[in-house]
Amino acid sequence: MAQKEVEKILSQEYRLGFTVDVEEDTVDPGLNIDVLKFISQKKDEPSWMLDLRIKALKKWEKMSEPHWSHLKYSPIDYQSISYFAAPKKALNSLDEVDENILDAYAKLGIPLDEQKMLQGIAVDAVFDSVSVKTTFSNELKEKGIIFCSISEAMRDHPELVQEYMFSVVSMGDNYFAALNAAVFTDGTFVYIPKGVRCPMELSTYFRINAKNTGQFERTLIIADEGSYVSYNEGCSAPQRDENQLHAAVVELIAKKDAEIKYSTIQNWYPGDKDGKGGIFNFVTKRGLCEGENSKISWTQVETGSAITWKYPSCTLKGDNSIGEFYSVAVTSKGQQADTGSKMIHIGKNTRSTIVSKGISAMQGQNTYRGLVKVSPRASGARNFSQCDSLLIGSNCGAHTFPYLDSHNANAQIEHEASTSKISDEQLFYLRQRGIGEEDAVSMIIHGFCKEVFAKLPMEFAVEAKELLNLTLEGSVG
Amino acid sequence: MIDIKNLHIKIGDKKILNGVNLSLQKGKIHVLMGINGSGKSTLTKAIAGHFEIEVLDGEILYKGKNLLDLRAEERALEGVFLSFQNPTEIAGVNNAYFLRAALNAKEKHQGKKETNAAEFLKLMRAHIEQLGMSQDMIARSLNDGFSGGEKKRNEILQMEILQPDLILLDEIDSGLDIDALRSVAEGINRMKNEERTFLIITHYRRILDYIAPDFIHILQDGRIVKTGGLELVDTLESEGYEGIKKDI
Repeated sequence: MAQKEVEKILSQEYRLGFTVDVEEDTVDPGLNIDVLKFISQKKDEPSWMLDLRIKALKKWEKMSEPHWSHLKYSPIDYQSISYFAAPKKALNSLDEVDENILDAYAKLGIPLDEQKMLQGIAVDAVFDSVSVKTTFSNELKEKGIIFCSISEAMRDHPELVQEYMFSVVSMGDNYFAALNAAVFTDGTFVYIPKGVRCPMELSTYFRINAKNTGQFERTLIIADEGSYVSYNEGCSAPQRDENQLHAAVVELIAKKDAEIKYSTIQNWYPGDKDGKGGIFNFVTKRGLCEGENSKISWTQVETGSAITWKYPSCTLKGDNSIGEFYSVAVTSKGQQADTGSKMIHIGKNTRSTIVSKGISAMQGQNTYRGLVKVSPRASGARNFSQCDSLLIGSNCGAHTFPYLDSHNANAQIEHEASTSKISDEQLFYLRQRGIGEEDAVSMIIHGFCKEVFAKLPMEFAVEAKELLNLTLEGSVG
Repeated sequence: MIDIKNLHIKIGDKKILNGVNLSLQKGKIHVLMGINGSGKSTLTKAIAGHFEIEVLDGEILYKGKNLLDLRAEERALEGVFLSFQNPTEIAGVNNAYFLRAALNAKEKHQGKKETNAAEFLKLMRAHIEQLGMSQDMIARSLNDGFSGGEKKRNEILQMEILQPDLILLDEIDSGLDIDALRSVAEGINRMKNEERTFLIITHYRRILDYIAPDFIHILQDGRIVKTGGLELVDTLESEGYEGIKKDI
């Protein structure tokens, strides 16, 4: 009965699937040293960066694509991808940003124009391979905060980039991280000085526009002693029949008493209802709680992408440091997600929390994969993990792979897992009280995700709820 | 008020109602009794539009409409309320949030101004107190981890806040201690007025002593076999359903 309606609603078009017409500079498909030289030259990089890129490419060439995940996809031809695309017009100020790009961001609801900037969120917008606009940079500068594109950071703050880039995710960490190290084109750089509490939310919006290109951004956030920052990223892409590759790297460093809150709303194009097209999202995100009492918190709402391969992690090196991971991952249609977190306890009395909520509908496949590792010296370490799966319909799947590796008898590790279905009985209960079917489903789903949404900054929580409604409205099992 | 005519219902492969004819009157309390499996719950589910119900024949006329043509939520908005025998648990959905959404849906349907959060909390608190429930009902998840008694009182709470016109109570008295039974019965009596109709399913006389029903109907093998007053319950208490059977 209801199943048909669900499918109708779930087959809704991806709303952000438009393309904008902008003259772009692209490099021919293929991956070799000449392409790296091209990227480096286009971005006017210091020569040390090119050397690092070449070193990364050499490492990558010796590695092979990992296939341990619970994901099925056709082989990726790395030589058929173009590794650079950028709007032709050079950009120095907001006035020079191509109207079409501004329009594109306006359609996405991202405030780049001066008027909307009053909303008080500093935004860095990355369009294909380059950062088109960073807002509020000057205001932040007064506090000593650096918020700019990573290309700018390489030129203006080379000492910081050289010290911290690759310090958390080494260039040879994994296949996709090595690829990113070789070809990354842009991304965001944030530095919060000692004792400074960043006065506004920092936000980056990534958009893939050009055809046949991949997006490889690299984000580096350093919170110096006693500082605090809340950073949000969002993303979307046009609707295309072929798969596009997104392989990003994010590195976070929290010094003594510092806190970084990192929130993601991932809405890359998921492919059509037959599973054609969509973004392959292979992302390495890792945070280092370097100093005592530091804290890193990852919150993610993953609704897009055909394939998601992503395990935001925390290395808890400083004593008493805290790592958190709150995740909602939705897979519908033919989407597949293999996602989770790693918490590596090294320091004493370190604490970590993992809350993972997986929602699968239609043919979606959702896998939680997590590792909690406790080193011999991490006395008093504590972890709590909770993995809940919600199934909508009978053709989807949920899988859980929690790994524990404790070398300290003092550590306390707790793991809870549950799998539930939205039952017809629950839906009937709500409908019998006069609540329409779609509202009833979204009420149950929001209830299921509540703990994670509560961790998102206010503006993002609203967006996440809307996104979830859009992806799953009317889903009945 | 409500006319059930020749209702034949199947659930799965099993034929359960075999031509129910029943008129429920405005302002009256009707009680439905019968042995287990006679089809009492099926009748209330058919009125409310439960997903398992397959209608083979018949109609349910209510406010000039055939209820069977309406979706479950439309029936609810038209004033049909079913208190469930085993209210389902929905983890994560806040009890107050849910109930306000239900009230707002009804207000919207009636073209009324929607009760805002502050007004609603006040309303809910007052009703909770009246029912002798704990105020933590506001913050808890819908029926999640509730005791049997809490679930039943929560149904009555919803009834009192939603102010429905046709109230179906399926074994609202089962599993209640004396105090809970009294507060549930008081809730029913508060709701009773000249406009409302009740259909109460029960196995016991206990609750009937509190609420003074107008009609007793006996359902047997999917048909209403007898209708009468409270004296029918006396026969039941002394002779059981066998006694009624003899009588037919």
